[in-house]
Amino acid sequence: MYSYEWPVPGILYGVLVTSNLAKGRITAVDSAAAEKEPGVIAVLTPFNAMKLPGGAKPDTGDRVVQVFQDDQILYSNQPVALAVADTFERALHAAALVRVSAQPLPFTVRMADELHAAFPHDIRNAAGSRPADQLRGDVETALRQAEHKVEAVYETPPETHNPLEPHATLAVWSGDRLTVYDATQGIFGVRKKLAKAFALPPGNVRVITKYVGGGFGCKGSAWSHVVIAALAAKQLGRPVKIALTRPQMFGIVGGRPQTQQKISLAADKDGRLIALRHESISTTSRFDDFIEPAALVSRHQYQCENVETKHRLVRLDIGTPTFMRAPGESSGSFALESAIDELAHELGIDPVDFRLKNYAETDPTEGKPFSSKSLRRCYELGAERFGWQKRTRRPELMLRAGKLVGTGMATASYPANYTKASALARMRPDGTVLVQSGAVDIGGGTYTVMAQVAAETLGVPYEKVRFDLGDTEMPEAPRSGGSTTAASVASAVEAACRALRQKLDAMGGRPRQPVEAFGEVAPSEERKKYALHSFGAQFAEVEVDPDLGMVRVTRLVGAFAAGRILNATLARSQFMGGMVWGIGMALHEHSVYDEKLGRIMTRDLADYHVPSHKDVVIVDPIFIPVEKDEIVDPAGVKGIGEIGITGAAAAIANAVFNATGKRVRALPITPDKLL
Amino acid sequence: MRLFTFQRAASVDEAIASGAGAAFLAGGTNLVDLMKIEVLNPERVLDVSRLDLAKIELREGALQIGALASNTAVAEHGDVRRAAPGLSEALLSGASPQLRNAATVGGNLLQRTRCAYYRDLGTRCNKREAGSGCDALDGWTRMHAILGVSDKCIAAHPSDMCVALYALDATVRVRGPAGEREIPIGELHLLPGDHPEREFSLQPAELITGVRVPIDALAARSRYVKVRDRQSYAFALASCAAAVQVEGGAVQAARFALGGVGTKPWRVPEAERSMQGRPATRETFARAAEIALRGATPRRDNAFKVELAKRTAVRGLMLSAGALS
Repeated sequence: MYSYEWPVPGILYGVLVTSNLAKGRITAVDSAAAEKEPGVIAVLTPFNAMKLPGGAKPDTGDRVVQVFQDDQILYSNQPVALAVADTFERALHAAALVRVSAQPLPFTVRMADELHAAFPHDIRNAAGSRPADQLRGDVETALRQAEHKVEAVYETPPETHNPLEPHATLAVWSGDRLTVYDATQGIFGVRKKLAKAFALPPGNVRVITKYVGGGFGCKGSAWSHVVIAALAAKQLGRPVKIALTRPQMFGIVGGRPQTQQKISLAADKDGRLIALRHESISTTSRFDDFIEPAALVSRHQYQCENVETKHRLVRLDIGTPTFMRAPGESSGSFALESAIDELAHELGIDPVDFRLKNYAETDPTEGKPFSSKSLRRCYELGAERFGWQKRTRRPELMLRAGKLVGTGMATASYPANYTKASALARMRPDGTVLVQSGAVDIGGGTYTVMAQVAAETLGVPYEKVRFDLGDTEMPEAPRSGGSTTAASVASAVEAACRALRQKLDAMGGRPRQPVEAFGEVAPSEERKKYALHSFGAQFAEVEVDPDLGMVRVTRLVGAFAAGRILNATLARSQFMGGMVWGIGMALHEHSVYDEKLGRIMTRDLADYHVPSHKDVVIVDPIFIPVEKDEIVDPAGVKGIGEIGITGAAAAIANAVFNATGKRVRALPITPDKLL
Repeated sequence: MRLFTFQRAASVDEAIASGAGAAFLAGGTNLVDLMKIEVLNPERVLDVSRLDLAKIELREGALQIGALASNTAVAEHGDVRRAAPGLSEALLSGASPQLRNAATVGGNLLQRTRCAYYRDLGTRCNKREAGSGCDALDGWTRMHAILGVSDKCIAAHPSDMCVALYALDATVRVRGPAGEREIPIGELHLLPGDHPEREFSLQPAELITGVRVPIDALAARSRYVKVRDRQSYAFALASCAAAVQVEGGAVQAARFALGGVGTKPWRVPEAERSMQGRPATRETFARAAEIALRGATPRRDNAFKVELAKRTAVRGLMLSAGALS
């Protein structure tokens, strides 16, 4: 059951009223008309909402929320009121009748306006904390002396995740105990935020998430509506649920920030990289720091003596951006892998050969060995599958049914993240097994693969095992983000099942009473001695209408190596989903702001484009079934949720260049950019 | 969505008799969508979807298409595909199969703009609320019109079907309290001028009953070309319905209309006449396209449409003339 659908008696429906202004102070909220409508229970506003016991800004290191605790409007579409009624339709209508008066304040959503105030910011994500800037060698001298150089700025636009299931939260209070059904990627983070907001011990808050209709990063945080649902339920003394409407998905719950990335790249006459500088600037809000770590990829991807990477943030009057499928690696690989293609072209070297010439045998930044790296094999497998040898190297007119045809490729990579996780395994006297872990399944197939892992570890048939997840009463597991779930939870499930197996063996087989065992895993010290990544190679073929500029990706082949693949069918879907998103990133996705209003105008799925079926012709992921890796985590698994999108946009942009001779450095590649 | 009264008409006469002040509901793909986001708020909705107006036939030298024929039914109809292939192509280039199955010809004739400001109650829109102002003028204009615009409205006409019907010289049959009349399709849609809230030349309670598409050798050569940001389910950046008849290498007759660039489907008789008797070549077509785009008023984000529309027109004319495969 999805979070919004839990049957709870006496439920009330909340619909958010959001701001039209991008910045200002709310002076009044007129809810008289709304409150007169049948079925309307209340309209909560900054003027009548209860004060949160935990303070106006419950800070848990998660995103900063706007929950009716003050009169400030900080971005367009920010929640400013909540209409509550006995049916969804009545609440929706009431919300439309609420009139908000506000004193406007000056603002900007234009990156160019704030570049002067760009500031460095450290990187914090699933892989840990890294410095904003890093310098190795002497980039400046190497660039100055280089014979072959590329220097260019690459841009990626703001994008919005738009999972099919919009964010939804259902809150039920029982005395000072709160139960929340939330569409989230991380139930423990939601518990922490709510416990803080309402000044409760975490044990008083239970968060349940059984199914999620897509997450992609935007459901990785407890956003404003989560706290507002609990606040409304508390204040009104009845359960309340809130689902965001599609237009409300644009701003309140994050998106991929806009980036500007300058790359300076130099090689000697033999095609060896001698300098690489990657300077990334990304946008965040005025009130919270999210950094898109786009230059990280340049620290690990290629062998090069002189490397400099920088990360800068600029503040705009927008909702805070957040993790969006392969945050950093997808946007960063577009810039780096486009630049590599540009330099290969300038040198007259085949793009695959150029990458092989600069293959990193050890991590170039830290000098550590890779726990495993099969990128060379990915280049081979991908090139063979794609028929790369048949490629025409120079961009020139190659016509097929009146269309220009081009091919391009790029390297894919993503860190192999692994964090602390735990699980409980229990066998009943009838031989059936229940395994529990407080993970979530955001569509990747966690239920299925964890049951598989448990069955294999215990040596029992798959049909005897049930895996359950999504409840903070269960053993703690990480947020499903940064491709961590499969690696971490599978390792925990294995640990629990091994412990159970030992108990059972000691008892001599099937138990007379239920027997259970707990398993907990955490990254080892040994792991820190290694560089840990999955790798892949993307190959794209495009057709471009020479007069009208329309691009179609006719083939996208991705070859990946990501540790032990737990389930080939589900893995294929994960890779494919990432690659399809790569098509969207390359050609379609763009949250367009009206700069004068400070408002995103592509507010539905007709205006915010993702690939349609017709845009997805042949998407062909292949992968190495078992890339042996005993270091990365006990299960030998590298997460695959994100690597599929990395490199895809660059491969497509490179193919467009090969077809047309035009280098598009600002995504998305729409027809107007090719006229 | 607001409260409204729902009624169902049992006959065309009944629909007309109680049609004043009501919104006619056919496929609902546009009306219901706009009601849900409270852009259109009729107090009364009169369901005409079950009236006997769905027939498609070739009669008296014309395709007679009932107002309630679905987009799919028209697009897939053998006579339409043979006699006016451009109409079929235009319909199939629009929306999605699910929407085309529900959407009707009558509804498509009255399809509202997809201007993002029109659909966003948090912005000002003269079309949605007369005299309230227009935030699109100096806003995000990439999808907006460059022809037929005014300083009150630059919303692009969204329909693909209408573009083909313009090129095919269709007429629209309507019935109202004053009886039946035929409207040349070019006169159905109004330019925004000072009153963008007035969109159609229909009188109160007038119901579109059908469309007549004259069939001749030219119509049989009609084609439709659409340029958009993705391969399917996207509105036109520019489109062209074109019909060219060539004899001995020279243009005998030619008509074309442009979509995605005008506040209504855009036809320029002078551009069509310019091709008369000229060789059916890219140069001839490019000159016609040049004339058609005269007076274009691009804004910050849609300047590319001037060139794109010309190229789209040339492509359409070339296709129809058989100068391309």
